[in-house]
Amino acid sequence: MKKAKMPLFSAALLAVFVLGACGGDETGTDGNGTGEQNNNGGEESSSGGTLIFARGGDSQSLDYASVTDGESSRVTKQIYETLIEFADDSFELEPGLAKDWDVDDDGLRYVFYLQEGVTFHDGTPFNADAVKTNFERWADPDHQYAFTDEGYSYSVYGTQFGGFKGDEGHVIEEINVISDYEVEFILSKPLGSFLQNMGMSYFAITSPAALEEYGADIDENPVGTGPFKFVSWTKDASIVLEKNEDYWQDGLPKLDGVTFQVIPDNSARLTALQSGEIDLMDGLAPDDAAMIEGQAGLTTFERTPNNVGYLGFNIEKEPFDDVRVRQAINHAIDKNEIINNIYGGLAEPAANAVPKDYLGHNDDVVAYEYDMDKAKELLEEAGYGDGFEFDLWTMPVSRPYMPDPEQAAVVIQDALSELNITANIVTKEWATYLEEIELGYQDMFMLGWSGVNGDPDYFLGSLLSTDGIPGSNQMFFSHEEVDALLAEAKTTIDPEERAALYEEAQLIIHEEAPMVPLVHAIPALAGVDTISGYVPHPSTSESLKHVEISN
Amino acid sequence: MLAYAIRRVLLLIPVLFGMTLVTFSIIQLIPGNPAQTILGEQATPQAIAALEEQLGLNEPFWVQYGVYISDLLSGDLGVSLRTNNDIAQEMWPYLAGTLELTVFAMLFAIFVGVNAGIISAWKQNSIFDYTSMVIALIGVSMPVFWLALMEQWFFAQELGWFPAFGRNNPREPVEAITHLYILDAALTGNWQQLGTTLKHLVLPMVALGTIPMAIIARMTRSSMLEVLRSDYIRTVQAKGSNQSVVIYKHALKNAFIPVITVVGLQAGTLLGGAILTETIFSWPGIGRYIYDAISYRDYPVIQSGILVIAFIFVCINLVVDLLYAAIDPRIKYD
Repeated sequence: MKKAKMPLFSAALLAVFVLGACGGDETGTDGNGTGEQNNNGGEESSSGGTLIFARGGDSQSLDYASVTDGESSRVTKQIYETLIEFADDSFELEPGLAKDWDVDDDGLRYVFYLQEGVTFHDGTPFNADAVKTNFERWADPDHQYAFTDEGYSYSVYGTQFGGFKGDEGHVIEEINVISDYEVEFILSKPLGSFLQNMGMSYFAITSPAALEEYGADIDENPVGTGPFKFVSWTKDASIVLEKNEDYWQDGLPKLDGVTFQVIPDNSARLTALQSGEIDLMDGLAPDDAAMIEGQAGLTTFERTPNNVGYLGFNIEKEPFDDVRVRQAINHAIDKNEIINNIYGGLAEPAANAVPKDYLGHNDDVVAYEYDMDKAKELLEEAGYGDGFEFDLWTMPVSRPYMPDPEQAAVVIQDALSELNITANIVTKEWATYLEEIELGYQDMFMLGWSGVNGDPDYFLGSLLSTDGIPGSNQMFFSHEEVDALLAEAKTTIDPEERAALYEEAQLIIHEEAPMVPLVHAIPALAGVDTISGYVPHPSTSESLKHVEISN
Repeated sequence: MLAYAIRRVLLLIPVLFGMTLVTFSIIQLIPGNPAQTILGEQATPQAIAALEEQLGLNEPFWVQYGVYISDLLSGDLGVSLRTNNDIAQEMWPYLAGTLELTVFAMLFAIFVGVNAGIISAWKQNSIFDYTSMVIALIGVSMPVFWLALMEQWFFAQELGWFPAFGRNNPREPVEAITHLYILDAALTGNWQQLGTTLKHLVLPMVALGTIPMAIIARMTRSSMLEVLRSDYIRTVQAKGSNQSVVIYKHALKNAFIPVITVVGLQAGTLLGGAILTETIFSWPGIGRYIYDAISYRDYPVIQSGILVIAFIFVCINLVVDLLYAAIDPRIKYD
């Protein structure tokens, strides 16, 4: 009798294990992205498989132009296309929906010649009217498809094209449809980054018929011309895309589909990769990168650095209003130590706010060398030989350009203590942090900036011009000469002339030292080694049309 | 009993009303401006002012509260500032995820806990008793997140028995009808998917259910031991009834009253633990929904989310109280 009752308890435990044991092989084989488990792969051997791409956060919206987060554009990059595309691994311009373009010498008129025979996912044709409708939608808050009443705003359009229709700085004066496949943009003044902007995933073309059909719900019903079609979106879980069988580029895409899966926790994401539930993951922690290298079946991918992690001084506050103090702190920080300890080597020391390989990156600007004696000397000169105390604002979240802000703050605190400087580490909730540094509450703060269009103006103009106050210039750095150089560079078309202007600006910025440029971080991804054709783009949004998963 | 039940339900009204006042007030204290957050860093002061006007953020506290309550009474949880969607509709998939997880965790805790407690009491001082009580002690002392991470490492990564994240297989997602995936898989008659969905539940369910399971086991054991020593049980035994009748028919009913209290309390704390578990297992539940809302200063969502959780908590308490009265008619509430 007693024995008869025992199974009650055992059953509970058994149920747990049996369930696991019976289906154990399912996740096991599934995971390596191999053959039979790709349910939609069917029997065709040519099938490219379905890629499960795991990331830390969900998209905010699938209406790319109304949001600024990378997680959104990473998905829309698959569904939508722009007139100009960036090369696979750089910001070099290549034809996209426009097969060619002409620019008038004065830089005020651009004509784009569009690809013919391209259709949107809803079957309607892509043409010059579609281009005009989209650009007017972003430019004109009163446009029928602007949906401003529903809370839509197109801030990136405003920043990149000098504001909106009717604003003084707005550069796009008119858009004319010359023929079905020719569209003309007339600018009110030249804009050096105009073509680069055209490649930004924010300015991709939506089907006007879909805007008509879905209205403000377009953010959950994306219809583009891209290699993948939208299937479904389960918030905070997954976005499912399927192959666009009618894609205009022959033989592409290779995959049958892509699923973007949200797994917020870094280690859980890695576990999911190791147990084979996903194929590719973003946001690999630097410490894990070395471990992955040695694991069979897995591989890592590195993105070209396109960011800067920096320490900013609030130069309106004492003692950081003194350039010698700023230079002293620049000398006191050992970037290599930070790179080795915090980035696991996955970063390059920064001398400059602009990443290398950018147009106008001044190679002559050499980072302040790590030299404590020099730092002491400068402080002495500035009258701070006995040191001082200040608040070091530390980011509460990790970002690709700053994977472990707290640890970095401790290293900096430690270095400064050698100069008798006491840095009190202060941290705040993220949204508050961003808001308050914009208001100038900080003494010194930690932040970073990532590029989106490969144009130096996006870094220098945003971070270090007076136009960026209040906003992204949280150092409150305002320098007449720098402003003039950046403004001229912005409206210059000739790349060489632009480069020279930016180079000159960087020299002044370096001398004035409003920031300590710490690193250009190399973001890493990990994936199964059966993935081929995957090239991480510096913008963080790459098309997956060439990717396939083989057996 | 009916009068008691009605009284108990009516008592909910002031409690819920008080709760709305507390959540509403606390949210007003969160630093920062939601209009600024919505419009982004580049927003002009005019645009911010216009949006504040539109959202009624400039109105005095009591006016905003009044609007909120009247909307609430008409069943309207409001509209999310971030997504512009109806909150009730938007929240349901997350709530369903949390409900599925907590219900299974509770079932696991009750089933394993009660049976382990009974057997331990019945075979007091046996190996089984010692072992299960040691396990219970470990279970109580183990932090949820640690257990979750260990499970993930061992059962997902090393053994590959269970998936490490999510509610279903991303390669073959469940078609959401009710958003309770177990039910959805059953409704569509896809048994393989039902199996996969159940497998996704196992690790988070065990992680979340272990502490309540251990507490329930210990409580059942001590309560059962007490009852087994009582005179009426001795009488039943003397009459020659078989052991299972003694235990399940006579002893359990009385031993169960303190256990129900514990179950009720634990069901409440499960909701708190669920947020941690959901994070580690990437389980899109109400915790994530509220967390996201906080980072976007989405006030209506934060308010509604907290209110819904509080409502569930209060309902669980109600059910526990009613169960007492049903099980033991001697319990009177005047």
